[in-house]
Amino acid sequence: MDGSRRGFLWLAGLTALGAAGAASLKALAQHAEGPSVTVGLQGETRWAMVVDLDKFRLHKSWNRCIVACHRVHNVPSIPIKDDEIKWIWTEEFEKAFPSEEHEYVADRYRQLPVPVLCNHCNNPPCTRVCPTQATWKRASDGIVMMDWHRCIGCRYCIVACPYGSRSFNWRDPRPYIEGGAHRDFPTRMRGVVEKCTFCEERLAKGLKPACVEACEHGELVFGNLEDPDSEVRQLLREHFTIRRKANLGTQPEVYYIV
Amino acid sequence: MYDAGKIVLGIGIFLVLVLVPFLYNWSTPAAVTAPELKLPTTSTQCVEATDYMRVSHMDLLNQWRDIVVREGRREYVSRLSGKTFDMSLSRTCLDCHSNKAEFCDACHNYLAVKPFCWDCHVEPKKEGA
Repeated sequence: MDGSRRGFLWLAGLTALGAAGAASLKALAQHAEGPSVTVGLQGETRWAMVVDLDKFRLHKSWNRCIVACHRVHNVPSIPIKDDEIKWIWTEEFEKAFPSEEHEYVADRYRQLPVPVLCNHCNNPPCTRVCPTQATWKRASDGIVMMDWHRCIGCRYCIVACPYGSRSFNWRDPRPYIEGGAHRDFPTRMRGVVEKCTFCEERLAKGLKPACVEACEHGELVFGNLEDPDSEVRQLLREHFTIRRKANLGTQPEVYYIV
Repeated sequence: MYDAGKIVLGIGIFLVLVLVPFLYNWSTPAAVTAPELKLPTTSTQCVEATDYMRVSHMDLLNQWRDIVVREGRREYVSRLSGKTFDMSLSRTCLDCHSNKAEFCDACHNYLAVKPFCWDCHVEPKKEGA
């Protein structure tokens, strides 16, 4: 460089290019290290439920757990089918497990009501689509949470959920709450989505979910998957279990003993 | 002056229209007196100092909401007394302030604010209804 104008411009251009290149390389590297998309949890707790279909068949206790849940959470009973709100309900076997159903499925399963609820997926598709983060998977225990303060009622999550676990309040639910609303749990308002929360408000007090408590013959078992000695892990060790639409990759955390 | 009658009449109508709100307030003195709140008899002290609660209860409630729902913590330690409270609007607040109409609504109506807490949270009087 002999101090000519041309030399100076070359040097300045190269410097600018180098600085910009370094910055973008850095940004790219950071992006690669950013939030990973692995589906596992680092926590010590991952709540899960085991549903024993044979015990339900024996004790015919489907309704008892549904009523208990819906009472505790001020869930309305809206008679209009399109508007109904469900946290836990029963589905026919072939609708709950469409890939397990075939022409010659055992008779005792063909007519069997299967209790279904939010699967609290380890890889939940519903939380990804929420534009307001009104639903998210809680890092500490894997519960797919709802924040009804934030829900704007866009219903993307309803579309994303392959299990139909989410209900939309098309109308004010309060007049439809059987026995009237109680104040230990908020009701919802028109225009928000709701679903099962694994009774996170009861877990916080050290109680079991309401449906589990209501089914006294062990039809529903709730526990921590990360604890190898927990009741759910024992049941999963001893029994063959299936999950709803597991082939979709959502990693549902509700297991069914058939 | 041309059309003096019409102009005077017009000014008169204009003045009446402008003064209607003031006249209305004069004629209904109850509307401008500050509300008297019915304080709970079960307790003499709120979770925080009265002055703070009066000015910032909405901020405190928003904080409670975010901490409970987003962070999953439910215990609030009072800066005033050091006591621990459950962060619950429908329990902790309304267990003492059980008459929403004479406590919450009295001020909110006076100030014409419409908080949407009660769209979902159930007040004691509406329980079972």
